[in-house]
Amino acid sequence: MELLSGAEMVVRALRDEGVKYIYGYPGGALLHVYDALFQQNEVEHVLVRHEQAATHMADAYARATGKAGVALVTSGPGATNAVTGIATAYMDSIPMVVITGQVMSFLIGEDAFQETDMLGISRPIVKHNFSVTRAEDIPSIIKKAFYIAQTGRPGPVVIDIPKDMTAPTERFPYEYPKSVKLRSYSPVTKGHSGQIRKAVDMLLAAKRPMIYTGGGVIMGDASRELIELAHLLNYPVTNTLMGLGGFPGTDGQFVGMLGMHGSYEANMAMHHSDLILAVGARFDDRVTNGVDKFCPTARIVHIDIDPASISKTIQADVPIVGPAKVVLDDMIQLVKESKKRPDAEAIAAWWKQIDEWRARHGGRYRTDDSELMKPQQVIEMLCKVTEGDAYVCSDVGQHQMFAAQYYKYNKPNRWINSGGLGTMGFGLPAAMGVKMNFPNEEVVCVTGEGSIQMNIQELSTCKQYDIPVKIICLNNQSLGMVRQWQDMNYESRHSQSYMNSLPDFVKLVESYGHVGIKVTKYSELESAMREAFAMKDRLVFMDIMVDPFEHVYPMQVPRGSMRDMWLSKTERT
Amino acid sequence: MRHIISVLMENEPGALSRVVGLFSQRNFNIESLTVAPTEDETLSRLTVTTIGDDRVIEQITKQLNKLIDVVKVVDLSEGDHIERELMMIKFKANGQMRAEIKRTADIFRGQIIDITPNTYTVQLVGSSEKLDAFITSLGNTCIMEVVRSGVSGISRGEKVLAV
Repeated sequence: MELLSGAEMVVRALRDEGVKYIYGYPGGALLHVYDALFQQNEVEHVLVRHEQAATHMADAYARATGKAGVALVTSGPGATNAVTGIATAYMDSIPMVVITGQVMSFLIGEDAFQETDMLGISRPIVKHNFSVTRAEDIPSIIKKAFYIAQTGRPGPVVIDIPKDMTAPTERFPYEYPKSVKLRSYSPVTKGHSGQIRKAVDMLLAAKRPMIYTGGGVIMGDASRELIELAHLLNYPVTNTLMGLGGFPGTDGQFVGMLGMHGSYEANMAMHHSDLILAVGARFDDRVTNGVDKFCPTARIVHIDIDPASISKTIQADVPIVGPAKVVLDDMIQLVKESKKRPDAEAIAAWWKQIDEWRARHGGRYRTDDSELMKPQQVIEMLCKVTEGDAYVCSDVGQHQMFAAQYYKYNKPNRWINSGGLGTMGFGLPAAMGVKMNFPNEEVVCVTGEGSIQMNIQELSTCKQYDIPVKIICLNNQSLGMVRQWQDMNYESRHSQSYMNSLPDFVKLVESYGHVGIKVTKYSELESAMREAFAMKDRLVFMDIMVDPFEHVYPMQVPRGSMRDMWLSKTERT
Repeated sequence: MRHIISVLMENEPGALSRVVGLFSQRNFNIESLTVAPTEDETLSRLTVTTIGDDRVIEQITKQLNKLIDVVKVVDLSEGDHIERELMMIKFKANGQMRAEIKRTADIFRGQIIDITPNTYTVQLVGSSEKLDAFITSLGNTCIMEVVRSGVSGISRGEKVLAV
């Protein structure tokens, strides 16, 4: 058996796990590992400019592929800079392995240089974490980390490695485990057949059904099954922010996103439904609005891989713990075998009602005669120019909601955003992580002038590794979502939500070696955007000046029911 | 309602902090907590008493089960069970009180495990309620120090919590 040092085992184990890229930043505690990386060329390291970006790149790779991304950061500040990225992945159940350097084991607890208790800091925001106490355990710990991160409800796993565990002087026989078994961890592989039968009976008897699906359909690779079941039944489908793309955005049965900024028809339909089939969604507070007023006439079937997500905020009538893909497949078989059919008359009446709601609001926004663009117009143009087929990586704020509402996602894994944690600064590194792994696909970062500045230093990484993403910056010269809340709840006192002294983004990106285009008129938008996307091998930053006073609508009235919404600045349900 | 939740978990560094961290992170309440290794040295047994409605207790057991180090979780309060807590209590024992403490300890089947001319230390084992009753019956005036182990529990009959 080959003898390897701890550092070499880290790199070899990642190779054996099939890892192509790792995203990271070196430092004292990791010097042995970086030396081992230098001496091989199978695992490629991507040097970011800030550790947060490394975690977002790894995270976005996972969101686009379903496989765990890998970040490598040093001890102390390296590790703490990664915390936001780990929490981002945790909140959205994204598989990720983060390797953090640590001071030498005999120095732990002594407040050594660049020491921080990363196990303690990361504990509430990881699925699990490991500390290496014996170098020979490195291969098995890495195997376990990937297994835990990628199975069950996915999530980030941290491996903290003290520097002496990677010393080149000590060598150990290396073998990468083929499989792993943990007595305390065995994710479910199948749903309870009796519960599934009961759910299908309820589904077929429903008169006003809704299928409500979330990120579990995306990460659980269950999009195909969802589409088949929905088409079989002809029931309306709504997606959460995390679930967009799980059901095709242009399908006639799709009623749009639901929740705080969900479509009028989706929220109205949820409120009036008599049966909700929830799949891989967690009844988040941004979806349910006031829980005591949530969908008063609906019975709820809830499918989730994580039992703790079921009946956490909303009591489920039929809980089903299992992988979305397998459970939906079982349901499809049962529906096909069943002698019962959906009540055609009731379903037709339900669709008639939904179509009326669609006609009433249906995602409209006002454009006026001024040349000033509406942000919604920009997203619609983006969808047109990219033919609805791009990977759209969003930052956080109004632009995120517009990108969720007005881009039509027809495939899963293409809408990539920080839904749970709402991390500004996510968009650019996320787009980079996707583009590096899908060089032939169109990858867009939709951002605002606030969010982009939270990780703008990564333009330098883009130059170093030739990552030609397209950045669509909806520049409204303010922190739009904060400003919107201040307009609505604080009598327009715009406390700290105006950004003064913005850089000239065009010059800024040019100084990083990229292309910048500023657009101020709608009449120039399409040609400018086509020009940007025609530059296949260049990063193009489009600084697009949009109406600073625009709000995101619909917007649910706080603590109301699903149907209580503002539809415009003056109109509410 | 008060529940006694027993947890069998890997006897590994950090396992306890995961459990305790979970309770504070999710705003669950901890009344008492005890932990020690079992006859199988790779496993620890942790008992936590907590107060919450059915929904909260369901979340607690589900969230505990999600921890990778946790092997098994059982809510002992769901079935017949025995709970015990150990208390050591140091009294100022002068004059009339000296005899009174001895008598009361006898009634509660406590034992005096340390004596000085001015103090008694009483050991008492029982349910938390019984320990509370003992303290109440003697009043606060002569108590110098109280130390309680927290609750341990076990199911009655043949039901066991084991791997």
